Amino acid sequence: MAVSVDEAVSTGPARDHTPPARRLGGRGRSVLEVALLTVLAVVMLFPVLWMIETSIKENRDVYAIPAKFFDFTVTLDHYKDVFVAPDGTRSALSVSFLNSVVVAGVSTVLATVLGVPAAWAYSRFAVRAKKDQLFFILSTRFMPPVVVVIPIFLMYRQVGLIDNKLGLILIYAAFNVPFTIWMMKGFVDEVPAEYEDAAMLDGYTRLQAFWKFTLPLLVPGIAATAVFALIFSWNEFVFATFLTSSDSVRTAPPAVAGLIGGTTTDWGLVAAASVVFALPVLVFAYLVRKHLIAGVTLGAVRR
Amino acid sequence: MAGIEVTALHKRYPDGTVAVDHVDLSIGHGELFVMLGPSGCGKTTTLRAIAGLERQTTGDIRIGDTLVNDLPPAERDIAMVFQFYALYPHLRTRDNLAFPLRAEGLPKAEVHKRVDEAARLMRLGPLLDRRPRQLSGGEQQRVALARALVRRPRAFLMDEPLTNLDAELRADMRTEIKHLQGELGATMVYVTHDQVEAMSLGHRIAILNKGRVEQIGTPLEVYDRPASLFCAAFIGSPPMNLIDVEVADGNLHGQGGLVLTPPPGLPRDRRLVAGVRPEALEVTAPGAEGSVPARVVSAEWLGDEIIYVVDHSGQREVRVRMPPTVRFAADARVGLRHTGGTPAVYDVSTEELVA
Repeated sequence: MAVSVDEAVSTGPARDHTPPARRLGGRGRSVLEVALLTVLAVVMLFPVLWMIETSIKENRDVYAIPAKFFDFTVTLDHYKDVFVAPDGTRSALSVSFLNSVVVAGVSTVLATVLGVPAAWAYSRFAVRAKKDQLFFILSTRFMPPVVVVIPIFLMYRQVGLIDNKLGLILIYAAFNVPFTIWMMKGFVDEVPAEYEDAAMLDGYTRLQAFWKFTLPLLVPGIAATAVFALIFSWNEFVFATFLTSSDSVRTAPPAVAGLIGGTTTDWGLVAAASVVFALPVLVFAYLVRKHLIAGVTLGAVRR
Repeated sequence: MAGIEVTALHKRYPDGTVAVDHVDLSIGHGELFVMLGPSGCGKTTTLRAIAGLERQTTGDIRIGDTLVNDLPPAERDIAMVFQFYALYPHLRTRDNLAFPLRAEGLPKAEVHKRVDEAARLMRLGPLLDRRPRQLSGGEQQRVALARALVRRPRAFLMDEPLTNLDAELRADMRTEIKHLQGELGATMVYVTHDQVEAMSLGHRIAILNKGRVEQIGTPLEVYDRPASLFCAAFIGSPPMNLIDVEVADGNLHGQGGLVLTPPPGLPRDRRLVAGVRPEALEVTAPGAEGSVPARVVSAEWLGDEIIYVVDHSGQREVRVRMPPTVRFAADARVGLRHTGGTPAVYDVSTEELVA
């Protein structure tokens, strides 16, 4: 999301540099562009806006017909309900948020720790059948993850990883490692191998050379890659639904979805939970947006 | 300083590529030894094997009296300068120079002394507090050279150190490296694909092709008597003319009646090719004594000389180097005459020098 917003913003000024002769229709076209972009922005942003609005409305305003856009009483009760159960203890939702933080965080760290050295090795060394290996690694991402959910479920039942945070961490890391390797290989290729050669002549081992000289130069790339992995793990829904059942293990996406259904749905709570869920990744993506775009374009060129 | 012995070096990568097929080198103490060849000939791999950055598949490498096959790069007591200068980007010049010394654990005063010395030698005074990013290419390469100097290694390895510099700076740095090498009496192995660099720098040149040594010799030897057809075509700009010849009446006869002085000991009954440098031929007025009729195909006016491309007997393009005062128009009828001494003669089937 942060990417598309930034791109939309950056196309504006870029247009102004095009010579007038090349502007087909001149002013007419730019009016049309603005109109289309406005429609697009409304379509994209209205659900977000409505979610935020619903999360701060009282329940009777939520169900009011006709819908109230501006004229409603602001309340933060729903946000309180997200974190605190009616009996004053921690709510199941807050536990699921914590689970999400643990699962997404650890799986991202795991994927990065495994993927970055692998990418370095593929970039630096003459590995037997390197291209085939890299293609195989990529091919694990060809099919949609849903396809393997049943086999994974059966395998996990055998080894006792059902309803277990470790199970989710492992499966998310497995999905993120191929992505990490491919994206990081592009970044490693950009760092001249001579730094490591020089360091080795200066008395470091190859691993020390990687650690002391190459790794610091890879930090922006690692940040970009880790954010993508984090977003994937944080948003993942299908595996979380199938592989977890208890409130103590469940992550936020299935927990929020679980609020819908039954006899009544507390839409205010759903909206508040969604806002709380969306916020960390949005903030994080905003903070590292520069690296994200570097990662996207670099990846595009490299592949 | 020490000599370097490379014996039967062979390097095969896990993916099956043979980078070095068979290389034997004997580099003398205090020698500036150049490895020259087209890209992919194995010169850089050989250098990296000497440095210890690649482990050879088979073969031995000795630096001085030490067999270094299994020593890590740092323990071989060598310094290397890279095409991409590989200065640590986060360190100032001063610290880049001191880095290898600190890694060795030398006392502070000694580090300081050696850095100052190298900085003076390479005239780096004003650059000492800058980072690599703030230096020009030439300055970075001087820092890289100084960083190699401070270690006082037994040998210097240079991997195309001037390739990334522009032409003028390259000539300056060439002089500087040669001067430095002479002053220090350093053993230096220098890899390049640029024959001008090789000719002007090297005490001896090894020409490599497809992972093998084609010829080792002084620049003059390599220029005058290339050991193989590959060397003949590789060295010299424009390269040697390769003229099919036959031995008859005690002379070498090329196509269209061109007569060359034969070297002694020519084998009969084999197809031969003579390598004739462009300056060993002469374009004359048509019908001049000893000349064969020819036609000017084109002329390259280089200012200090003219390279004529001529056909004789309607056959092949022969390149002739002439002073700029001798002028013929394109398409003019001229004479072609051999003026040099005995040419190098090659066997067509083995592609090697026979006499």
